[in-house]
Amino acid sequence: MADRQPAQSARWSDKQVEQLVGNLLRIGVLLAAGVTLVGGIFFLLHHGMAPADYHLFTSEPAGLRNLGAIVSGALHFDSRSIVQLGVVLLIATPIARVGLTLVAFIFQKDHLYTAITAVVLVVLVYSLFFSGRG
Amino acid sequence: MTALIGVGAFAAGLLGALTGLGGGIIVVPLLTLAFGVDVRYAIGASLVSVIATSSGAAAAYVKEGYTNIRVGMLLEVATTIGALAGVAVAALVSANTIEILFAFVLLFTAAQSLRPQAEHLTGSSSPLAQRLRLASTYPTPTGLQQYEVRGVPLGFLLMFLAGALSALLGIGSGVVKVLAMDRAMHLPFKVSTTTSNFMIGVTAAASAGVYLNRGYIDPGLALPVTLGVLAGALVGARILTAARTRELRLLFTVVMVVIGAWMFYKGVVGGA
Repeated sequence: MADRQPAQSARWSDKQVEQLVGNLLRIGVLLAAGVTLVGGIFFLLHHGMAPADYHLFTSEPAGLRNLGAIVSGALHFDSRSIVQLGVVLLIATPIARVGLTLVAFIFQKDHLYTAITAVVLVVLVYSLFFSGRG
Repeated sequence: MTALIGVGAFAAGLLGALTGLGGGIIVVPLLTLAFGVDVRYAIGASLVSVIATSSGAAAAYVKEGYTNIRVGMLLEVATTIGALAGVAVAALVSANTIEILFAFVLLFTAAQSLRPQAEHLTGSSSPLAQRLRLASTYPTPTGLQQYEVRGVPLGFLLMFLAGALSALLGIGSGVVKVLAMDRAMHLPFKVSTTTSNFMIGVTAAASAGVYLNRGYIDPGLALPVTLGVLAGALVGARILTAARTRELRLLFTVVMVVIGAWMFYKGVVGGA
């Protein structure tokens, strides 16, 4: 984002936003991979020997599609739900990145890019949180 | 089965990182052709792995200062809306159609990977690019280098297509993204590839969210695919400097042609 604009508050300079975004992405991926790995160990202990069948598409049960159900399943140490929670965290990582970029553009008083980033965020939030309804 | 898929995904992530072409494009064929997985489950698992590798790599690139966040954000409007369009199309077409389209994209990617990489720099920004403040600088061995941007409408259109293909096929669509930025918008090659990678995670998140709600993402598949590809990509990034990239790229191209032909055959004949 380094460009020819001077006058930005030191806290939200382009360089610092790049550092923040980089750290956020790294933490998000590590966290998601960690949760997936923990769920995976449980999963293999329980289902490791069972032959899985993915030849026919049947769609996942509601408990593995709905965000609320995934979280509650993970809290009950259901291995599939924990893995799925890792997947949700992974999908949420780029969304959080867009959210952070939005905050940065707001602080930089960059109205054009605040609006552009807001559009992307709305599409992403709709996709993850609301596309399952209706 | 989980372990075998994990090993295959590891190989895909390794090859993807070493060649710079991304592993996503061989994860779906791997799952459908070698393991007989329904293409919809394969797309769901592949998209999740694409988010993982893109975000992991972007974390490093963004700090190096190559990524143009303004260009990325602007074009993400096109890729995310394109992704939702792709998701809508995916619900309407048969698995065979998806396989045939996939075959074409594989062959196109193989052809693109053989092209010599030449910069298409421009001397001045177009009025639209100026209004959007897209011009920026990137680090070179001789210090920061200024670059200009043009071709915004065409780039935007190509990005919509990239988003739709990403959602429909479960791939990162990096090749179409780089094409849009490098050829249409005249960005420096290094800026195109890193910004493309930066965008891939957001694009894939748009479709993966819908697929999760639709039940395309199975934890039993997402587990070995995501962790396998991620581990492969990490190892690949470590040994990148020691690897013989040109030979690997050629090998990967041959692999893509073979898989593309096989995928085409499967799509046309139907069934296995």
